[in-house]
Amino acid sequence: MKNRLKVLRAERDWTQADLAEKLDVSRQTINAIEKGKFDPSLPLAFKAARLFGLTIEDIFLEE
Amino acid sequence: MTVSKTSLNERTKNSTRRLFYWNLAWVLSLALATFGPKYFWDNSVIVSLITIVTNLVIGLGMIRANIMHVKGLDELHQKIQLEAMGITLGLTLIVGIAYTTLDITNVIPFDAKISFLVIFMGLSYLIAVILGTRRYR
Repeated sequence: MKNRLKVLRAERDWTQADLAEKLDVSRQTINAIEKGKFDPSLPLAFKAARLFGLTIEDIFLEE
Repeated sequence: MTVSKTSLNERTKNSTRRLFYWNLAWVLSLALATFGPKYFWDNSVIVSLITIVTNLVIGLGMIRANIMHVKGLDELHQKIQLEAMGITLGLTLIVGIAYTTLDITNVIPFDAKISFLVIFMGLSYLIAVILGTRRYR
């Protein structure tokens, strides 16, 4: 699954570690999600959407 | 959704430390149950039984600590652990049965020992966790 996490993070000038801390996951998890190697669970996707003030569909795109 | 007040790193560090102490206690109680009859209580059956039951109870605590540790990880690391456990279980089953068959059919000149299987399990799990961690890097 593609996603816009990297772009959204860059817009806010956050590092992967910053985003990881805000979402209460490891930096490796953020990296794996950004690279499309790992799809987050629905609760984590909702958490990310809430953090960025967007909907899940605005962040995660079905391939 | 509930957000924990402590950070993931802190929680993982605490649960790893707890798991380490449970593992240590289990290994020490196992050593006591194994070597105690010879060196400490002169093969008393009742004392041996008590130490073996104690070892089993500590083992249950160790399992619980491991479950809590895995539950405390984030979802990617839970996935890595789950895959590693699945690989370890599968490999131990097929290699264990093949190993026993080698013994039964006298292909190997010695008796199959459970300790080999335990070492094999440990190594399989370790390698599977390392490979899983690399895969999602």
